[in-house]
Amino acid sequence: MSRVFDLVVIGGGIHGCTAALFAARGGMSVALIERGALCREASGVNAGTLTMQMTRLALIPYALKAHTMWADAPRWLGHDVGVVVCDGLSLAFTEREEELLSVRARKRREAGAPIDLISGAAARRVEPGLGDNVRLAGHCKVDGYANAYLTGLAYRAALVSAGVTLLEHTEAMGIDQSGGYTIVTQGQPVRCKRLLIAGGVWIEPMLAWLGVHLPIKVLVNQLAVTERQSPVMRTVVGIASGLLSLKQYPHGTTVIGGGWQGVGDRENGGVALLPDRLIGNIRLACHAIPALKETRLARAWAGLEAETADALPAVGPIPGHPDAYVCGSVHSGYTSGIYIAKLLADRILGREPAMPLFPIDRLLPQPARAA
Amino acid sequence: MNRAFDAIVIGAGPAGAEAAVTAAAYGQNIALIDEQPAAGGQVWRTPTGGFPGKGDGAARAGDDLRRRVAASGVKVFFGHRVWSVLHQGGEAGRVFRTDALGPDGTVALTAPALVVATGAHERVTPFQGWTLPGVIGLAAATILLKSQGIAPGKRVVVAGCGPLLWAVAAGLAKTGVQVAAVADLSRRDAWLKRLSAILRRPSLALDGAAWMARTAFSGVPVYWGHGVRRAEGEGEVSRVTIGPVDTDGAPVAGREHSFDIDTLVVGHGLTTASEVTRLLRARHHFDRRRGGWIPEVDGSFEASVSLLYAIGDGAGVRGQRLATLAGRHVGLTLAGRPAEAAALNATIACEARFSDALADLLAQRPAQVAAIASDTIVCRCEDVTRREIDEAIDAGADEINQLKHFTRCGMGPCQSRYCADTVEELMARKLGKERGLIGQWTGRPPLRPVMLGELIGDFRYEDIPIPEPAPL
Ligand SMILES: Cc1cc2nc3c(=O)[nH]c(=O)nc-3n(C[C@H](O)[C@H](O)[C@H](O)COP(=O)(O)OP(=O)(O)OC[C@H]3O[C@@H](n4cnc5c(N)ncnc54)[C@H](O)[C@@H]3O)c2cc1C
Ligand SMILES: Cc1cc2nc3c(=O)[nH]c(=O)nc-3n(C[C@H](O)[C@H](O)[C@H](O)COP(=O)(O)OP(=O)(O)OC[C@H]3O[C@@H](n4cnc5c(N)ncnc54)[C@H](O)[C@@H]3O)c2cc1C
Repeated sequence: MSRVFDLVVIGGGIHGCTAALFAARGGMSVALIERGALCREASGVNAGTLTMQMTRLALIPYALKAHTMWADAPRWLGHDVGVVVCDGLSLAFTEREEELLSVRARKRREAGAPIDLISGAAARRVEPGLGDNVRLAGHCKVDGYANAYLTGLAYRAALVSAGVTLLEHTEAMGIDQSGGYTIVTQGQPVRCKRLLIAGGVWIEPMLAWLGVHLPIKVLVNQLAVTERQSPVMRTVVGIASGLLSLKQYPHGTTVIGGGWQGVGDRENGGVALLPDRLIGNIRLACHAIPALKETRLARAWAGLEAETADALPAVGPIPGHPDAYVCGSVHSGYTSGIYIAKLLADRILGREPAMPLFPIDRLLPQPARAA
Repeated sequence: MNRAFDAIVIGAGPAGAEAAVTAAAYGQNIALIDEQPAAGGQVWRTPTGGFPGKGDGAARAGDDLRRRVAASGVKVFFGHRVWSVLHQGGEAGRVFRTDALGPDGTVALTAPALVVATGAHERVTPFQGWTLPGVIGLAAATILLKSQGIAPGKRVVVAGCGPLLWAVAAGLAKTGVQVAAVADLSRRDAWLKRLSAILRRPSLALDGAAWMARTAFSGVPVYWGHGVRRAEGEGEVSRVTIGPVDTDGAPVAGREHSFDIDTLVVGHGLTTASEVTRLLRARHHFDRRRGGWIPEVDGSFEASVSLLYAIGDGAGVRGQRLATLAGRHVGLTLAGRPAEAAALNATIACEARFSDALADLLAQRPAQVAAIASDTIVCRCEDVTRREIDEAIDAGADEINQLKHFTRCGMGPCQSRYCADTVEELMARKLGKERGLIGQWTGRPPLRPVMLGELIGDFRYEDIPIPEPAPL
């Protein structure tokens, strides 16, 4: 009870874990409060795609840095999260998709992502698993994927060895602001000088504890995985609209995603999958890689992803609350989140971040902004 | 194809078929779905492929049930595998939707009420060599015997526990298979202790006694209080070794016996198939004697989700009689005849006492699980050993879904249907926690693995309802 941490992080997803890790390595005493086990929400159930071709334009410079970090995870994280670096393809099957792809690939290229537009035939040389229905493809050599369900295992070991006090299965229930910050839990309150809110889709209610009202939309992303199958593909495959993400893991299972929406909310999590959308998503997958028809669906699930009003991140200081920060709502946040959270850790450690953060002032109603 | 009904029943075993037929008799519009080609479930599985059936009591009861289903006006969807169940719609008109894959693709049905009667899975508590080809479950052997009249091998050891052990042993002996030995984890006195309860149910007492007698008279050596130590063989099982166990099922010192065989038939009781009620996030509790996680139901068999009913072995392993009675009860409830349903309560209570007497014989034996050797595979889909599970717990996994993430245990095609009971027990024991606190595997679709090609059927790319592109 008497201990006052330099930093307390609320939320043990990819953002909270990464920030906690680098803050601790920077010399701070850090506690991490997580309601469940580490990285079991979005950060443990996501598709693990590390692609530029689904990343938002404004985030591409960050995603490129993050991609390098992921590829090098064993060195700085100390553990393998099953990262595979490979080529990525974004496909166009129709004329409309061709137009969309051309525009998006060009803009992303301008933002720094090394994407080339190639013909359907050329795409099949990159990915022999494709059908003969591809009209145009965006080809990017900076792509790949991780095994998201290993994230918690990897971070747990790293955080423990960095000396972070892990408070798993501890739910933050409120914040008392009289003299530093005190996080209210069912057990002992946790005191700190600095506070980081990194609660995924739950940052909205957490910020409300401080009287800050930041609306966060909850996306309910459906995902599906097949049973093991001999190799049917070797790249990360998506489509121009972003509504497909597909790759086969070395052990033979293929994960099918793309952000098709299921049923769920902040209170209950990703509760149910809509069969019609699941089938739609799988049709798209089989349209791209026909050999997938020969395998069986093993499991489908849904997880929650956060989105701000402008779909850009909420990462930076919390206005009106000294030494309090927020980190979340990063689109394709599994890819970029590690780099962005590291930037924020720099800021918390009093260093100048190498790239700009995404302060939330822009998203708050006027009076709060003035405050 | 979209179809609306008054109620959907999943599972056409004694429980589900009885519920459907009863409700339909009062004019309810009922859909009855089963992946099997006909009604009957496990105990009254229908003979297939021209096999005439055994003409015994079970076959007669099954034929009788199938006749009643055929005459009932229930709309049947046999040969349909339910892969998705959903509770959808606003508060005003919530309906259940089931999606089932049949010969003509996937069929969506909706109804305000859903009856889950999905039965039980067989439990096999792992031992060294249990994943070798030639080692099969008592349930699988029953299916071969009942529906096809096929014997699983030429020289067989039958091991495990519960009434099924004896039914299989007798069935095999009758088919002319050489049964090298029967090994029952229970001692003979465990059966004798239950004799009075069994005698209250003459039909089953006769069945049971007949099975044991038939086995004994065929000169088969019987080892009471024995379990399988290991199965061995190059590529397939060729030798099995059994040894004595204590009353909790843990191996104890004593003479081992080995047998050269081509098939080992083994099963350690039943565990509830509660995937549908878990998928629908109904409240469950853990009850070892009833087969594991069971949905909490009220006196009308209604779960914590309104108009969701759970009956039969899937709602707690209690045998065919109670399955049938619960089916009738729910059928009457669906038909709006609560008084007639309530009139069954006394019979149900009486039957329950009988099933309680046998429950321990079919329940998991924690000491048997504790004795699993460290290099034994526990999750057969993903080849996860007990050692890997122990190491993951040491690495900080303290809840079942986290353990899954750390090890891939339960991520294969069976989605933990076969290993959950063992893994949860191992975890509870190692962490010194109560079994119910370890958590349940989150229920997700598909309820059974389904081929992607069958699921998607024929389609045109233009018709895929692709949502709006994500923002750039
Ligand atoms: C299904 C799905 C697929 C995705 N696919 C990809 C992909 O392929 N590539 C990609 O780059 N991105 C993907 N994403 C996005 C990515 O997963 C997220 O952007 C990222 O994981 C968010 O991390 P986070 O730390 O902000 O949130 P989370 O991982 O959700 O972490 C928040 C944590 O806060 C905890 N918490 C909540 N309330 C409390 C409380 N009161 N007290 C204590 N702790 C609390 C939660 O338990 C949780 O662990 C996907 C997302 C989903 C849902
Ligand atoms: C192999 C075996 C043999 C047994 N033999 C005997 C015996 O000889 N005597 C005795 O008294 N008891 C026996 N029992 C116990 C007895 O089967 C049960 O007590 C009783 O049958 C339970 O009836 P039920 O209707 O609850 O389930 P079941 O009879 O198991 O019926 C469940 C039905 O649901 C169907 N189903 C499940 N999931 C799905 C899905 N997703 N999609 C479509 N269909 C689905 C199954 O195909 C099955 O037909 C046996 C059990 C087993 C496992």
